[in-house]
Amino acid sequence: MTKKNYAFYPGCSSQKGASASNFAASIEVMCGKLGIQLNEIPDWNCCGASIGYGEGGLLPRLVLNARNLALAEQHLPGQDMVSGCPACWLSTRETAEKLRESADLMAGANEALKEAELDFKGTVKARHIVEVLVEDVGFEGMKAPVVKPLQGMKIAGYVGCQTNRPFGIAGESFENPQYLDRMIATVGAEPASGYEQKVTCCGGALAFSEPDKSQKQIRDIVESAYDHGAEMIVTPCQLCQANVEIYQSEINKKQGTKLAMPVVYYSQLMTVAYGGSLKEAGLDGHVIQPKKLQDIARK
Amino acid sequence: MSENRQAIAHYRNNFLKEVEVHVEDGEWVKMCMQCGVCAGSCPLGNAWQHTPQKLFMMIRAGKREEVLSSDSMWMCTSCYNCIVRCPRKLPITHIMHGLAHYAHRLGMAPKGQPTREVARLFWNNLAKTGRVNELKFSLAMYFKDGFIQGIKNLLAMQGIGIGLMKAKRLNPMELLGGHKCKDKDGIHKMIAKAREIEERKQGYAS
Repeated sequence: MTKKNYAFYPGCSSQKGASASNFAASIEVMCGKLGIQLNEIPDWNCCGASIGYGEGGLLPRLVLNARNLALAEQHLPGQDMVSGCPACWLSTRETAEKLRESADLMAGANEALKEAELDFKGTVKARHIVEVLVEDVGFEGMKAPVVKPLQGMKIAGYVGCQTNRPFGIAGESFENPQYLDRMIATVGAEPASGYEQKVTCCGGALAFSEPDKSQKQIRDIVESAYDHGAEMIVTPCQLCQANVEIYQSEINKKQGTKLAMPVVYYSQLMTVAYGGSLKEAGLDGHVIQPKKLQDIARK
Repeated sequence: MSENRQAIAHYRNNFLKEVEVHVEDGEWVKMCMQCGVCAGSCPLGNAWQHTPQKLFMMIRAGKREEVLSSDSMWMCTSCYNCIVRCPRKLPITHIMHGLAHYAHRLGMAPKGQPTREVARLFWNNLAKTGRVNELKFSLAMYFKDGFIQGIKNLLAMQGIGIGLMKAKRLNPMELLGGHKCKDKDGIHKMIAKAREIEERKQGYAS
């Protein structure tokens, strides 16, 4: 298979031993089977995430992202820049667009980049891995390597916010995007239809600063998955995955609920369906064990 | 001041102009038609004393003190619901971020506002090495209200911490250094320069 090359921006949460290291583990087999070659951008830095605005002004935030874009442009010319994390993707894409639209911001960004001996010309396109899967590989392409269809599993597709808004996947609606459900069906599982919390916010970074408000969101997201008969939740977002999985025990403690809904990434479903091992799917990296998926991976 | 001028001064409103110049995407504020879709779309809508719709009207009414000292825009979770639903296509999320940042920069944002504190700690964490150190960031958050409260927070969250360590998603060794960019000096200089340029353009003394 000829591989297609992409400049890869993993993001802080996907580093070894970080909160989304299970995601990072799971994309290797998936990309290998689909002919996607991810080439890590050398010495990439944090995007500033959605909470960076408080202390960082507009130009400092743009410059953080412009540095990554410039490194991709210089070291991996001609390759689209791909992020696995929606916050990274959003910040990068927003930067690329803002700099292309404003000569003034571009000049400012390049003046600052000079301090790090870099220069950004504005040629790089910032994309999300899900865009690569849907647009470059396609659903038929995603189906081809399936050797272990996840039959009999009912899964709630939780898209969350930033993979979906403000940019989203081209051609999808903001209120009820279909691609995640289609991806669930592609690997042989059943998407929980009518899951109305599909694009609800988990609280994002406010899970830290406003835990009660965020946990109210999380409780709705999890309870609705139960109500629709789902055995687990699948999401494309690192912060959604962490928030929705990790804080269920807090909600149980405070509110006397008995929530224990596993939350995994689409890439973990695909890796298992493609015959990857439990470890290759990052399924050893959960606080609430996705037992059924782990069992299929062990078979 | 003449009587006429005094009367006019009462109605004079420069705050909208100030927002247009100093706040990210502030030039959009005048486009709001007060429909309230943003207020109804916000996941934390009922936690906002002043919804975006109200903030926009308050800006136009010149309520500088009330707007900049408001706790409301710090309730933004960056979900972007308001942006995609706004019939006038105002970049509302960005304006909220911009207002929060401007209020923070002027020192008018509410002291000890938790999201303001988290935002400050997060930025300082990432700017230090170029990458976020999740362990140090979590600890900084737990200890932001002092040592005793920090220990209490740590004990309350220990179950989650241990769970994450078992799942290899929290590495205690990160305390000793951890992930960082090779060119962190270049990143420091780059961020400092970006701040300097922004301050120069905004007409602030650096």
